[in-house]
Amino acid sequence: MNTKVKLCGIEMSNPIIPASGTFGFGYEFAELYDINILGTFSFKGTTKDKRFGNPTPRIAECERGMINSVGLQNPGVEDVIKNELPKLKTCFSKPVMANVSGFSVDEYVYTCEKLDKESQIGWFEVNVSCPNVHGGGMSFGTSPEAAAEVTAAVKKVTTKPVIVKLSPNVTDIVSIAKACEAAGADGISLINTLLGMRIDLKSRKPVVANKMGGFSGPAIKPVALRMVYQVYDAVKIPIVGGGGISTAEDVIEMMLAGATAVEVGAANLVDPFACKNIIEDLPRVMEKYRIENLTDIIGGAH
Amino acid sequence: MKDVNLKVISNKQIAKNTYESVLEGDVSHITAPGQFVNIKLEGKFLRRPISICAVEDNRLTLIYKVVGAGTEQMAEAAAGTVWQTLTGLGNGYDLTKSGDKPLLIGGGAGVPPMFELCKRLVKEGKAPVVILGFNTKDEVFYENEFKALGADVVVCTADGSYGTQGFVTTPMETVDYTYFYTCGPEPMLKAVFKASKTSGQLSFEERMGCGFGACMGCSCKTITGYKRICKEGPVMEKEEILWEK
Repeated sequence: MNTKVKLCGIEMSNPIIPASGTFGFGYEFAELYDINILGTFSFKGTTKDKRFGNPTPRIAECERGMINSVGLQNPGVEDVIKNELPKLKTCFSKPVMANVSGFSVDEYVYTCEKLDKESQIGWFEVNVSCPNVHGGGMSFGTSPEAAAEVTAAVKKVTTKPVIVKLSPNVTDIVSIAKACEAAGADGISLINTLLGMRIDLKSRKPVVANKMGGFSGPAIKPVALRMVYQVYDAVKIPIVGGGGISTAEDVIEMMLAGATAVEVGAANLVDPFACKNIIEDLPRVMEKYRIENLTDIIGGAH
Repeated sequence: MKDVNLKVISNKQIAKNTYESVLEGDVSHITAPGQFVNIKLEGKFLRRPISICAVEDNRLTLIYKVVGAGTEQMAEAAAGTVWQTLTGLGNGYDLTKSGDKPLLIGGGAGVPPMFELCKRLVKEGKAPVVILGFNTKDEVFYENEFKALGADVVVCTADGSYGTQGFVTTPMETVDYTYFYTCGPEPMLKAVFKASKTSGQLSFEERMGCGFGACMGCSCKTITGYKRICKEGPVMEKEEILWEK
């Protein structure tokens, strides 16, 4: 049985990618298991400057999922290069996916240009879809023109494949994906979290301080599958599919919808061994559904 | 940190809305008082972080207040129920700084972590003084358990229905101590911080996602930088605390 896939020209031993924001910079999970078993992982969303993010509380539980309003807390790109990447090097020998966010096109360009020189990085995942920051993040991912502008600008300063991570909080995901492809994107990643909220009955106020946040977890899987399915029909570049993935069966389902690789997010926060368990379970599930090569099933539901 | 299955041995109400669960299993990864565990409950997406009250061999005692659907489910768990639990989370209290006569101040649901701390300090030959604060008489628990450890115990209630009337800061004024340790609601922590005459350690609470440092959900700002309550905390040194809210 063969679990190998190729994402934008880079081979991965399996399609499993812990999603950005649920896996830090990897080394904390490396204390629990050898993270080299992963296909790769997408590191914590990095911006030009250091950020604390939004006020707390910034977590709320939901049925079959959770809301976060962290707001891109990260140490800033210089610190990531100086401190986080060297620490990661001691426990991860595969190419890592660099998740990048910004508040202007210039910030995306600045951060990507700096990271492009780092040999540990295999791909860029350009996040135009964070629902938790104003005047940036998601606002770039909700119009085809803005998403294309970021994509084209980042492509100009990078040599590595650029995968654009899209927001599901839009009316027409296909037009945005196509605009990114036309602007030179090497891949599309979807979906980021759905904008949601919870209200506390005792205080009669929203649970998270930022009022709204990104909803993730198994509850969003049908939305993610639908969007991956639609985008697969519309673009030629590979898709990284994610949203509510927590089992090997989910991985197969997402690949049938059209994903070449699959991100696992919220599941990591409930079970730190979630990705390890999925990877170890994949051969069993492949056998059950008579899958010899995982690559054979990409887009198989179409 | 270790993910283990813990079996509920007993589960009983010990005060108003307050329950004590004794669990059995591998608790070897719990290294310090003030650490917490994170419990997976049937039908709940996120785990429930609960502070450690006592740990002995393969037994773990938790005391918690029923505040929502998760803790309600815990309180109703029958003996024999198994909880998948991440153990040994957070930094816990540093006992090396206590001096000979440390002061332990617990408020409400912040009382439990003081128990294992007190137990260990007594074992080290220290003479801890314990102040336990509650809203009212119905909520008082563990007074005798602390006394049985050999500690000096002062109980106070906000409404004066039991023990000394007032907040924990009132008895603090008349006690001599070498260092302090505290856990409780944030307004209490702030008051203790202001009233304290020595250095000390305070344990904080926040809504958590993962409980082991991955999601950045529970971050706070300190004088020495951003910290995750679940990973670099929940215990902070008095000198590093920044009061924001």
